[in-house]
Amino acid sequence: MSPLVEIRNLSKVYTRGRQKIEVLHHVNLDIGKGDFLALMGPSGSGKTTLLNLIGGLDSPTEGTIAVAERRIDKLGQSELARWRSSNVGFVFQFYNLLPMLSASRNVELPLLLTKLPAAKRRSHAAVALELVGLADRAPHKPGELSGGQQQRVAIARAIVSDPTLLVCDEPTGDLDRQSAVEVLTLLQRLNREHGKTIVMVTHDPKAAEYASHTLHLDKGTLVEAGAEAQAAAS
Amino acid sequence: MKYLHLVWSALFRRKTRTLFTLLSVLAAFLLFGLLNSVRQAFANAGQSVAGASRMITISKVSFMVNLPLSLEMRLQAVPGVAEVTYANWFGGIYQDPKNFFANEAVAPNFFDVYSELKLPPAQMAAWQATRTGAVVGASLAAKFHWKIGDQIPLQATIFPQKGGVNTWTFNLVGIYHIANPRERQQENALFFHWKYFDEAAAFGGGVAGWYVEKIAQPKDADRIAQAIDAISANSDHETKTQSEDSFQASFVSQFADIGLIVGGIMGAVFFTLVLLTGNTMAQAVRERIPELAILKTIGFSNRSVLALVLAEAVLLLALGGAAGLGLADVAVSLIRARLGAIPMLPVGLESWLQGVGLMAVIGLLVGALPARRGMRLRIVDALAGR
Repeated sequence: MSPLVEIRNLSKVYTRGRQKIEVLHHVNLDIGKGDFLALMGPSGSGKTTLLNLIGGLDSPTEGTIAVAERRIDKLGQSELARWRSSNVGFVFQFYNLLPMLSASRNVELPLLLTKLPAAKRRSHAAVALELVGLADRAPHKPGELSGGQQQRVAIARAIVSDPTLLVCDEPTGDLDRQSAVEVLTLLQRLNREHGKTIVMVTHDPKAAEYASHTLHLDKGTLVEAGAEAQAAAS
Repeated sequence: MKYLHLVWSALFRRKTRTLFTLLSVLAAFLLFGLLNSVRQAFANAGQSVAGASRMITISKVSFMVNLPLSLEMRLQAVPGVAEVTYANWFGGIYQDPKNFFANEAVAPNFFDVYSELKLPPAQMAAWQATRTGAVVGASLAAKFHWKIGDQIPLQATIFPQKGGVNTWTFNLVGIYHIANPRERQQENALFFHWKYFDEAAAFGGGVAGWYVEKIAQPKDADRIAQAIDAISANSDHETKTQSEDSFQASFVSQFADIGLIVGGIMGAVFFTLVLLTGNTMAQAVRERIPELAILKTIGFSNRSVLALVLAEAVLLLALGGAAGLGLADVAVSLIRARLGAIPMLPVGLESWLQGVGLMAVIGLLVGALPARRGMRLRIVDALAGR
């Protein structure tokens, strides 16, 4: 069976003024459907850049990325936006909820891009909030929720359109230990019970333990690859 | 419509700032509504349906120079002229100079020529029978709480009575109405008998200030004007005849170019408004760059983000503008009711359409740059705070 994410010879070079910075250097990686992959590495190793490329937020300088056999490195901006809306859910370190909208409205946001009627959108958002255990906080605005609750709302927003892939950038980086455990347990449940493929960037080895396996990046290169990556490289 | 809550919440993210900006927009459109009302009143002066079939004859030298009364019969004989009437400006003051309103000495058939001034038959008969009788418009009567039977003393500013008496006292015998609300400005006038004026005034007897000719066919206006002016050619009282519309327009332009003044003021006001709301929108979008990046992250296209920011700017203008024009509508009604002498038309459909157009144009203008910024932001840079 082909992997969900296939990355081949992927490089990313940023230009800052006259300086060119190679953030990723010929990375090869396969991520199977239903995986929960933790990406670790020191600051500046290219973890977030790799995550952004997998999530279609950025385009590679060289190499290919295919998700569910679709070459996303070849998509234009509008096509990428459409692809993201139906295939990827995003979870960030600082939740990134819209502060003026209620939890329910925040969760509903990705569904505004669909043709679902308002009642369906609301019921889908309610189901997603129920799934993350926050049905009773639906009318509350982010400022009225704890950090852990806000991150769970962000996860509800990420899964509301039922994407196959979740990309999480330091999802517990701004949380206390208890809240972090709740969020990681939730991600694990989404992976195991709902079959979501999750790619999570983290600095925290304890957080990485919740993943099914871990890869390390250093200076833009995968230094400890799982079996899939080794197979891909060979 | 499904994005309205998103636009609305973004607009009121900073309530105080948005409120003050809304007040600025409101003030600008309130001013627009008031000034446009005055401009339209001047622009519409004399443009009644009845006015199209009337011509005014004044002295070629100046409006202030009188014409001999003997001219009446000769004007009446011009082919195409159905009826001739005449009037004199009196310029009296009621109690205080600030209580200005037009007051004129008019010929007995004045109301036949100005048929849009509706006077009940009994009051018309009373006026015809009363030497010192006066007729006033309903708006003027309401303003000074006059009723039939009241005596109205006017202080002469030009024409004292024989014997040096400066006060002319008139008996109010009639109150006329005008059906068309756009012409109701003409209800702010007082008319009394030219004959009484001619007999009692200390000087200036046997002359008319101007003539008004009712013509059978408006299309004959040019020919009739030439024929009338030819009567007095090379005399000491040469005349200038024009349609009532043209006369009103040239009369108003003697004071000032109202359209230019109003246009100038509104240009300055809206220019300031563009800077102010443009600054507000720029700040609002700058603060929300990470939020716009999130929208793009979850799949909103560049065009969607552009449209959201533009919609926010237009909504800001629409809310403030509609409130301002609504307030102007109320204010104009109050001003017209209490200070009838100020020429103003109700804030009608034309003003609303112009206002809505301005709201849309200014909204798009002030939203353009911030919207472009939102559209062009790179997600990874915006999320990283770069």
